[in-house]
Amino acid sequence: MATPVMDKAEAEAAASPYITVTFRIRRFNPELSEHAVWEDFPIEIDPKERVLDGLHKIKWDLDGTLTFRRSCAHGICGSDAMRINGKNRLACKTLIKDINPEKPITVEAIKGLTVLKDLVVDMEPFFQAYRDVMPFLVTKGNEPTRERLQSAEARERFDDTTKCILCAACTTSCPVFWNDGQYFGPAAIVNAHRFIFDSRDEAGEQRLEILNDKDGVWRCRTTFNCTDACPRGIEVTKAIQEVKRALITRRF
Amino acid sequence: MSTDTSSAIGPVEGDAVVYDVDNPAPLIEAPRKRTGKTPRATRGNFEMAAWLFMRLSGVVLVVLVIGHLLIQLVLDGGVSKIGFAFVAGRWASPFWQVWDLLMLWLAMLHGANGLRTVINDYAERPNTRLWLKGLLYTATVFTILLGTLVIFTFDPNIR
Ligand code: HEM
Ligand code: SF4
Ligand code: FES
Repeated sequence: MATPVMDKAEAEAAASPYITVTFRIRRFNPELSEHAVWEDFPIEIDPKERVLDGLHKIKWDLDGTLTFRRSCAHGICGSDAMRINGKNRLACKTLIKDINPEKPITVEAIKGLTVLKDLVVDMEPFFQAYRDVMPFLVTKGNEPTRERLQSAEARERFDDTTKCILCAACTTSCPVFWNDGQYFGPAAIVNAHRFIFDSRDEAGEQRLEILNDKDGVWRCRTTFNCTDACPRGIEVTKAIQEVKRALITRRF
Repeated sequence: MSTDTSSAIGPVEGDAVVYDVDNPAPLIEAPRKRTGKTPRATRGNFEMAAWLFMRLSGVVLVVLVIGHLLIQLVLDGGVSKIGFAFVAGRWASPFWQVWDLLMLWLAMLHGANGLRTVINDYAERPNTRLWLKGLLYTATVFTILLGTLVIFTFDPNIR
């Protein structure tokens, strides 16, 4: 039996973690053309790096005009949601090795919002829906001198929906939202849920009434795209169903 | 109401439209974008009732439709037995009259409400929605009324 020996090529491959990955990016620049086009960027990159690192490499070394949003680069700020290989994710939380670097990796702007340039979309309608569900604590009566106390169980009730970073991955994965931007969308409902089920808040009724309207929770078709898309692992569809249930049971 | 997007109207001068910094191409606007105007409250609990109705009628329809299909197509010789006499025989019993009446109303309202959802989802222009829904409601009312009339006035001795 021969002892296992690394031949030269293998040794080189082991020494260098870099592989060639093709980034296929949906480019749009209204100052050049009214059409969006796919552009391929083959780059050398360690597959243990993230899609965001690949985008940085392209922007910094190959084409400075590539435009995208990112801030924290660690899954906290929610600014780099994009459609990677057809699925909404955060570029900063997606490792290249996890999405088959053998084939070109497609990167495009999230759907259902107006594309301004390359991967940057107009988030205004998304935040408008967020504002429309009153995402702030509403209370009556005298303010307590110390903090507003809450039991651990009462806090647990809405724990899941406090994790939202407003990245819009869920809302822009929803087929109802793609065709009708008047629908509040999962993210707005998640953030309404966070206050509706907060024992300290007193405007739950008002928020339920807002979401009872024709563009509220009843437009949800339980597609589950939002739950699949959420980078924070929030059970988005479940939260929407809990709001529906609260609407049905509150009067009885 | 959503304002008309004029994205299709650009400075069209043959094929050679040149866009630059001062003359950018029109953006492709998202359909029925939400704007700063907070939507006005509407129609009370109608959407909730419609949603509940879809689930409740669905549950009843499972029994009614599967029973109907079994009787008409599978049991006792299958389709070959169906004829005027077979229908007349069944409608002689109030039980089957009620069964078919319920199935007619529930399936029609369920199907119509389902299509209403589909129209709301996919028809982007308010006028398209208006016309499609007008057509849908007309067809639904017509079919329900005609069906009900037939079940109640059915005459087995017609000649
Ligand atoms: C056999 C038992 C049936 C059950 C359990 C059932 C259940 C349902 C439910 C729960 C929905 C709502 C889906 C949603 O909101 O996401 C739905 C939608 C719909 N149903 Fe039924 N249904 C049945 C029979 C029928 C029949 C007989 C018709 C035709 C007359 C029909 C036509 C539709 C249509 C057009 C929709 C809308 C499609 C959509 O929302 O994508 N269904 N059904
Ligand atoms: S619920 Fe999840 S996917 Fe939706 S905006 Fe919040 S963090 Fe993003
Ligand atoms: S850059 Fe902040 S979440 Fe990805």
